[in-house]
Amino acid sequence: MANIKRSPWIIHYDGASCNGCDIEVLACLTPVYDAERLGVENTGDPMQADILLITGGVNAQAEPIIKQIYDQMPRPKVVVAVGVCACTGGVFKDCYNIKGGADTVVPVDIYVPGCAARPQSIIDGIIQARDLFQKRSEEHDELVKSGKTYDEAAKEEQNG
Amino acid sequence: MGKRSVVPFGPQHPVLPEPIHLDLVIEDEKIMEAIPNIGFIHRGLEGLTEKRDFKQMTYVIERTCGICSFGHGMGYVETIEHIMGVGVPDRAKYLRTIWHEMSRIHSHLLWLGLMADAFGFESLFYQAWRIREKILDLLEMTTGGRVIFSVNKVGGVIRDINAEQEKEMLLGLAKVEQEIKEIEHTFLNDYSVQSRLRGVGILTKEQAHALGCCGPFARASGLSYDMRKLGHEAYGELDFEPIISNDGDSYARCAVRINELYQSIDLIRQAFAKMPAGDIAVDVKGMPNGEYFNRVEQPRGEAVYYVKADGTKFLNRFRLRTPTFANLAGLCEMLKGAEYADVGILALTIDPCISCTER
Repeated sequence: MANIKRSPWIIHYDGASCNGCDIEVLACLTPVYDAERLGVENTGDPMQADILLITGGVNAQAEPIIKQIYDQMPRPKVVVAVGVCACTGGVFKDCYNIKGGADTVVPVDIYVPGCAARPQSIIDGIIQARDLFQKRSEEHDELVKSGKTYDEAAKEEQNG
Repeated sequence: MGKRSVVPFGPQHPVLPEPIHLDLVIEDEKIMEAIPNIGFIHRGLEGLTEKRDFKQMTYVIERTCGICSFGHGMGYVETIEHIMGVGVPDRAKYLRTIWHEMSRIHSHLLWLGLMADAFGFESLFYQAWRIREKILDLLEMTTGGRVIFSVNKVGGVIRDINAEQEKEMLLGLAKVEQEIKEIEHTFLNDYSVQSRLRGVGILTKEQAHALGCCGPFARASGLSYDMRKLGHEAYGELDFEPIISNDGDSYARCAVRINELYQSIDLIRQAFAKMPAGDIAVDVKGMPNGEYFNRVEQPRGEAVYYVKADGTKFLNRFRLRTPTFANLAGLCEMLKGAEYADVGILALTIDPCISCTER
């Protein structure tokens, strides 16, 4: 565990999913799978969250809310799409009210497949997200050390 | 007399696993009115009947909701079987009953966990979900899936339960029953739990009837209303009575659901004892032509399925009325006069399944 330098907070939002992936995300945080042993913790507050888990496809009404949660999260941040619906739209791809996967609204870093995604693969996604978050935080720290303000660093990160 | 103000609740809220929005009109911490706003998870699943044929729709309709996915698949194939006049083998009926009751146990344990989390009893939440994992393991062993099973098809079921699996299921259920007894004591007798639940969010029998509430929510208000008593699948041959409480408060809803866990375990034991040998499915030829209206008791209450078919492989219309949609009216009624701090708990006591409601 010595390689873990940061403990990211996870926030979960349900786009337009069937609930199956949501309960599997919650099951990941409970004793049998216990994702918290990996140094992450669940939160309901976007302002303190580092990793955003999105389940389900995206419809018109959920779109501004996902955008809002993403914008409220501090930099650096990582987005994980959990389940086929969040990746591509899945079984509901042809429905009239589904825009597509989560990447139609916010940039997605990690895609977790499955219908419903199994806890093992969700945990794998969380581990990858945690490592990516750690890498991004270090890059961000370097930028800030080189004398830039937080906003400049964030802007540079966004562009680069 | 304080000033009235409107406080938004949701859609993204720590106590809610799914998005629903309530506009709460409050006056001195008391809620005067609650206005629900839904549509965050609307996918347009019913519209897919234009693009998927009636056999493929089974797998789409299962994905209405990840918690009661078995019940939705079962309700839909029952409707199609009625239209086409298919006689399902007895063994398939018993297998459906067993899996449906297993889903009910996992759904109620899930609700008990979320409820414990909502009133701040985190270890109880973890205990309920730990027990639930055993049920999911048994479901995975017999159907191959943890939350989406896809074992129903028009004309029967796809998988059978063999003698070895039956033995393991009965052993597993005995263990689960023992563990439920351990958490039941805390849920029903703990002082701090009672102080959050007793007398909170009372819905009278008359209100529940007038607002068309269903499921454990209505049964906790004293309405004896259980669609399983209609005798679909193997329920007609099993011995049970709907579980009712007359208190109508949050504590009663908790108690009704805990007692239904024991009832479901008992029903599964009865079904295994009576299950005949034989085929698990029949061949289905032709296309459905006609319409039918079917009612199934889901873990959350009565779900209504309507299908209209015209003899082609695409259905004319599929309609699903879900239990949470009926119970939302009851929720808004009991929120009136409640404390603002109780809103999270009260929203949970109807066991909201928003993805069912909005489809």
